[in-house]
Amino acid sequence: MRFSGLRVLREGLTGNKGWQPHWRDPEPKAEYDAVIIGGGGHGLSTAYYLAKTHGMTNIAVLEKGYIGGGNVGRNTTIVRANYFLQGNSEFYSHSLKLWEGLEEDLNYNVMHSQRGLINLFHSDGQRDAFVRRGNAMAVQGDDAVLLDRAGVARHLPYLDFDNIRFPVYGGLLHPRGGTARHDAVAWGYARGADRRGVDLLQNCEVTGIDIENGAVRGVQTTRGAIRARKVGIVVAGRSGQVAAMAGMRLPIESHVLQAFVTEGLKPCIDHVVSFGMGHFYMSQSDKGGLVFGGDLDFYASYAQRGNLPMAEHVMEAGMTLMPMIGKAKVLRSWGGIMDMTPDGSPIIDKTDTGGLFIDCGWCYGGFKAVPGSGFSLAHLMATGQHHAPAAKFRLDRFRTGRGLMDEEGTGSQHNLH
Amino acid sequence: MRLTCPICGDRDRREFYYQGDAVALDRPDGGAGAETWDGYVHLRDNPAGRTRDLWQHEAGCGAWIVVLRDTVSHEVFGVELAMSVGEAGA
Repeated sequence: MRFSGLRVLREGLTGNKGWQPHWRDPEPKAEYDAVIIGGGGHGLSTAYYLAKTHGMTNIAVLEKGYIGGGNVGRNTTIVRANYFLQGNSEFYSHSLKLWEGLEEDLNYNVMHSQRGLINLFHSDGQRDAFVRRGNAMAVQGDDAVLLDRAGVARHLPYLDFDNIRFPVYGGLLHPRGGTARHDAVAWGYARGADRRGVDLLQNCEVTGIDIENGAVRGVQTTRGAIRARKVGIVVAGRSGQVAAMAGMRLPIESHVLQAFVTEGLKPCIDHVVSFGMGHFYMSQSDKGGLVFGGDLDFYASYAQRGNLPMAEHVMEAGMTLMPMIGKAKVLRSWGGIMDMTPDGSPIIDKTDTGGLFIDCGWCYGGFKAVPGSGFSLAHLMATGQHHAPAAKFRLDRFRTGRGLMDEEGTGSQHNLH
Repeated sequence: MRLTCPICGDRDRREFYYQGDAVALDRPDGGAGAETWDGYVHLRDNPAGRTRDLWQHEAGCGAWIVVLRDTVSHEVFGVELAMSVGEAGA
């Protein structure tokens, strides 16, 4: 079933009776060439690119819940490539290019909207830092435009520019940044993988990883044993538990990150906007809700909800920056479990166990990485070689100290990112 | 979430600074080798359930405390002074 404007028209005129499920609900086979643990955005895109780019179609994605029910459905939907450090910069640049061709590629409307992202700054020092970042983005081949105060005012007239404590000095505009419909990204990749023969096994929780003579042989699941010579662990906040099944400890601590959405409003926030003096960022969904978030709750947690202190902090930061949102009613808030690494950068690598791969540590920035992460992990699993844009996401960088990527410059320690 | 400081009593979570897993109390010897130090600085059990972590009553008495709690339910089982457990390696 292909989607097209004509198809929508025809279905609309014939009672919408011709739509079919987007993917099958197959029974697990006894053996696959490769198995991906985790049916989130990253796992699904890994399966999609394994099938599409590398022709590996005898593979399965094992999801303990349902497709789209984890972090891929719980994030704030921002897509950007505004990283500074080598390693991160080329990876997110590559991922953004995949985003830009994604809807054509998947034949699926993921509502990717390059509405522009503006990071505000509020001091001379912060301006210098953003000039430097903008130059790094330009060197990478991506786009960055430095806006002075008047330039920001043309885009975002509603800000409190003369806030007594944090006046707006300007902003760094990333025109190709924006948002996408997060659920549709999961569904589009799931459908694309399924159409190429990938088995998506939902309600299939991995309970053990079988290892013989230092090499992976398969997994035990709640739907029976499945043999596979290649296994990818792509489980975000649950990385620690799944890796433990293979006898590994990871440089990961799981934290809760909250997000919020207001009631639907008429269009008022056209961009993705981030505050430079408090952790707060906001965009408006196509339904009209103001989608916003802030920082981690900052202690290890697996509760998919947050605590009030951070909710209060985020609201305060929002009110400081754009007082006009004060009368909008918050509809709901929720939390996702972030796999935090000490340096705040991710991991896509082999493990010490043959055939066992790991993709984790996306911290609070995993959504925009969905295409790039899957593409690079698929490359690694299929060829055994690191994909160039993700070649610096090594697991051993913490042990050796070589190649740490501390984008925030705060140090490589668990409680700092 | 509220924590009970052994010195100050029941307090709001905002008064406390979170250091991380209480592995910080088990600082290895300087010559312990890269593997041991990697385990101490970076690698974590990261349990979904009972955990034991290190906090400081930053906006209170300043004491370092060891908190036994559940990372899923946020239930707190017990708090004790780090100095009664061992030297805080923060």
